[in-house]
Amino acid sequence: MIDIAFLAESLRALAAGLPLTLGLTGGAVALGLVLAGLAAAGRLSGIAVLDGLARLYVFVFRGTPLLVQLFLIYYGLGQFRPDLQALGLWWFFREPYWCALLALTLNTGAYTAEIIRGGVLAVPHGAVLAGRACGMSRGLLLRRIVLPLAARQALPAYGNEVISVVKATSLASTITLLDLTGIAQKLIAQSFRALEVFVCAGAFYLAINLAIIGLVRLAETILAPDLRRPRPV
Amino acid sequence: MGTLALLGFGPGGWGAALLGAAATTLLLALAGFALGLVLGGLAAAGRIAGPAPLRLLATGYTTLLRGVPDLLVIYLLYFGGSAALGGIAGWFGHAGYVGVPPFWVGAVALGLISGAYQAEVFRGAYAAVDRGQIEAARAVGMHRGLILRRVTVPLVARTALPGLGNVWQILLKDSALVSVTGLVELLRQAQVGAGSTRQPFPFYLTAGALYLAITTVSNLAFARAEARARRGLP
Repeated sequence: MIDIAFLAESLRALAAGLPLTLGLTGGAVALGLVLAGLAAAGRLSGIAVLDGLARLYVFVFRGTPLLVQLFLIYYGLGQFRPDLQALGLWWFFREPYWCALLALTLNTGAYTAEIIRGGVLAVPHGAVLAGRACGMSRGLLLRRIVLPLAARQALPAYGNEVISVVKATSLASTITLLDLTGIAQKLIAQSFRALEVFVCAGAFYLAINLAIIGLVRLAETILAPDLRRPRPV
Repeated sequence: MGTLALLGFGPGGWGAALLGAAATTLLLALAGFALGLVLGGLAAAGRIAGPAPLRLLATGYTTLLRGVPDLLVIYLLYFGGSAALGGIAGWFGHAGYVGVPPFWVGAVALGLISGAYQAEVFRGAYAAVDRGQIEAARAVGMHRGLILRRVTVPLVARTALPGLGNVWQILLKDSALVSVTGLVELLRQAQVGAGSTRQPFPFYLTAGALYLAITTVSNLAFARAEARARRGLP
């Protein structure tokens, strides 16, 4: 028997976790994109030191579980509390929210760096040559040719990465944060009705992810005007 | 006690416990991957060749499990599993709480999650199979089962191998989430050590290093398997 009242109650309780889930996602995606841009630039720079550093960063953060990274930052660094206090950084590492944001940013930055690098490497050499032949400067070439083509190429993979960040924010619940999953876990522990709560929380996540898929499709049509179907006259 | 001795193999050292837990992590991931192969194969077959209701079911499964956080799936199976088992035990006159074995909760959860990803990998690989090969098999008089066994499955397996490697990497890292059920796998063991020695940093760092070692070695293994599967191809 489906208990509508319980489902409605769960949905209302879970909605309180939505801002935290969306905030962590937005923050990590935005900051991670900056970090990824830097790391990809390092990988493509041809400077051995920068290339090595970026390679190490990507290797370590893609090769270990996010939960380990999160615990290392939140619990592990807590061990050095006096040092962090001396450095004036304790306010940051004391808060589970900042630790979760930092871990998510570092993690998605590593994956996104590879996506950006793949996109840039897929830019046809001829297009770059043509731009150079027209006398474009390096900056103009990057802005008008390399980045638009790379963005178009990288977009599907990047959409998947954003969706995995949404799902990854659920790990914030393991360091006491009450995001969607944190509240869901609390509700399950209180009511022992795992399936109903799962359905409600799952519906929230699916709705977020469907919205992201829609946005990515929209961005694809904006970025690839030549692939758009012509408007009927 | 120095940090090195803490993580070493001497008396009071946690080295052996951490390595043993790493083995549990590996077993857990292997069990999940094997279950995922079966579920993924079935779901892909359902989506490719099944009747409409089966196709819908398979699509729903892959969409749901790929769109919902893995941690939530583990909570569902852990709490929901014990509630369901308790209900079944109640029919047989057993009262009270029934615990589910955390290893199997973890393996089933990882199997369900990785199955959804593997289904997509298989579907993509099937789409890439050269139709001419299947036509040729039909032309020499092979029946459906034989074509499946001798032509389709080997071709799909070869194309799916890189994708399966990716799923395995995701699965290995996802297995750390099973620590929330209390199963003493690598991360949980590090948590226990961190709690009892009050030195979380070296323990989580070591756990991270062990995960890195496992993912790196399995990456190499998959690269070799791919090279072997592609031998003789241009």
